Amino acid sequence: MTPMTAAGPDRIGSGATIHGAAGRRMPRHGLRARLRDLLSFRWAAAALIFIGWFVYYPIVDNFVVSTTEEDIFTGEVTHVGLANYGRLLHDPVVWTSLWNNLLYAVISVVFQVFGAFLLAAIIEGLREERWRRFWRAIYFVPSAISITVTGLLFYFIYQPDIGLLDAALTRLGLDQLARPWLGDEGTAIYAIIAMSQWQGFGYSTLLFAIAIQKIPRELYDAAVIDGAGPLRRLWNITFPLTREMTGLMVIVTVTGAFQVFNEVMVMTAGGPNNSSQVLGTWLYQQGFIENNFGYGAAIAAVIFLVTLVTGAAQLWYTRRRRVRL
Amino acid sequence: MTMAAPLPRRREANVWAVIGRTFLLAFLICLGVVVIYPLLWMALNGFKNNAQIFGDPFALPDGWSWENYVQAWNQGVRDYVTTSVLVTLASAACTVLVSAWTAFGLTRTRMPAKPLVVGFVLGGLMLSPTVAVIPLVRMMQALGLYNTEWALIILYTAFRIPFTTFLIRAYMLDLPGDLDEAATMDGASEGQRFWRIALPLCRPIIVSCVILHVLFAWNEYLFAMIFTSGADVQTLPVGLTSIMAKHGTNYAEVFAAMTISALPIVIVFFAAQRYFIRGLAEGIGK
Repeated sequence: MTPMTAAGPDRIGSGATIHGAAGRRMPRHGLRARLRDLLSFRWAAAALIFIGWFVYYPIVDNFVVSTTEEDIFTGEVTHVGLANYGRLLHDPVVWTSLWNNLLYAVISVVFQVFGAFLLAAIIEGLREERWRRFWRAIYFVPSAISITVTGLLFYFIYQPDIGLLDAALTRLGLDQLARPWLGDEGTAIYAIIAMSQWQGFGYSTLLFAIAIQKIPRELYDAAVIDGAGPLRRLWNITFPLTREMTGLMVIVTVTGAFQVFNEVMVMTAGGPNNSSQVLGTWLYQQGFIENNFGYGAAIAAVIFLVTLVTGAAQLWYTRRRRVRL
Repeated sequence: MTMAAPLPRRREANVWAVIGRTFLLAFLICLGVVVIYPLLWMALNGFKNNAQIFGDPFALPDGWSWENYVQAWNQGVRDYVTTSVLVTLASAACTVLVSAWTAFGLTRTRMPAKPLVVGFVLGGLMLSPTVAVIPLVRMMQALGLYNTEWALIILYTAFRIPFTTFLIRAYMLDLPGDLDEAATMDGASEGQRFWRIALPLCRPIIVSCVILHVLFAWNEYLFAMIFTSGADVQTLPVGLTSIMAKHGTNYAEVFAAMTISALPIVIVFFAAQRYFIRGLAEGIGK
């Protein structure tokens, strides 16, 4: 009895029972019936067109673009085979970006999965529902706000002249730590990642809180009677019973970390000196600022491959654990 | 409920439990301050002038003049809000309608090859906008939709259909089939069953889907930045960066503009929290 096995993995055909009754009135195996069934495709037609045209096709096209190079001045397109991919390997910024994406993934997993899990457990352990609701809502607020706003906000917070952070450090007597966080090659990416944790942890806390609420209360009551303390209950009940959620969140967070774009774009655009570049912003820089469509598409292909792997992991995980996809 | 599940009231007060609880409460409060204070600072800075902003950042503003807010509103924010509202509402309507049709077809009709359709639609969940963006720019240019609101409406719809369909389909699967069955007996067409039965029954999840979509579309940045360049078709997130570039030195006005663009969505969240959380609970993991 775990929260997310409620719906079996294969409920697709359950509509059939509804038509069992109708089926008695009109036999369903004739050609006309087949045609009538085919007509039901119209319900999905719009979705199939939208997704096929604007989601799937561009991804395929991206691979085609990635084997070409376009002259900005003449607009002449030449086919260069896999040259753009070869260039990837020798581009130091690609490696910086990959490393930054990886940092993003690891730090986000620590704070937005395990940190959020602990926080959700603390909140759900409060006695009064109205306080639980209060904290969940408070922590969620940054997630509701546009990343452009929070990005700009932290851009200001990190400024040495008007920002909050350096002012706070000075007040605390930690002047030597004060610095232009986003202007320093050593700290820029960490400053951005920190902002991202600030914005995102409330969202995953809310998801964990929902998962924890689904754990039957009796388990805790029984554990209390057996003399288990709060930490024991956390480790032996809450953690194992939200493991599906944790697994899923790890995968989703890692996927997100390799697609990150907005906050880096708003706060540093990859600078200073490409030190905070991630794959998404490097793609933008190459594809749209320097007009290297082909090379930009090759970077996009790398992102695609990484997310394909994490996506497959997600599919495999949800199937195996029979979590509702 | 979990860590500190209400203990049976014991006479011997457990000192450690009290200390632990106090410590946890202090932690929750500190974290709350870290979350809320920067937002408060943003709103307060909108009331300051540049001299004050460069002064003590912890100080309260000298006066409560709305001047910066009014100025920000008149110098572009109004146009950005208009575009954002248009794009958000139009794409929400398209997304929810198309997704509800699809979910209906997948759960309430004898459509053939359902598993294939499900796989195709849900597979879209795994494809990210970042990867598609270069080909999409050329496609939109070819269609003549580049730098129009239509580009955003179409893309927001296309990229949100998989998730929304998944939510509505899960809800429809859990609905009882009796009403449907009765209607079929009475000779109702599929269309009648969709509009008169399925759609009204799905109202709660539809509301959740609309809210999740509004949250997404109001805040979306990548597509909005790449597909619009003129001020008249820019949405708020992109508009903000434009304001920043144009009036970058007038910080107070930028703070006011940021506050104006954050406020509506925070209000929507608090007003519709219940539906919002239902949507998340249904669609956990995305």
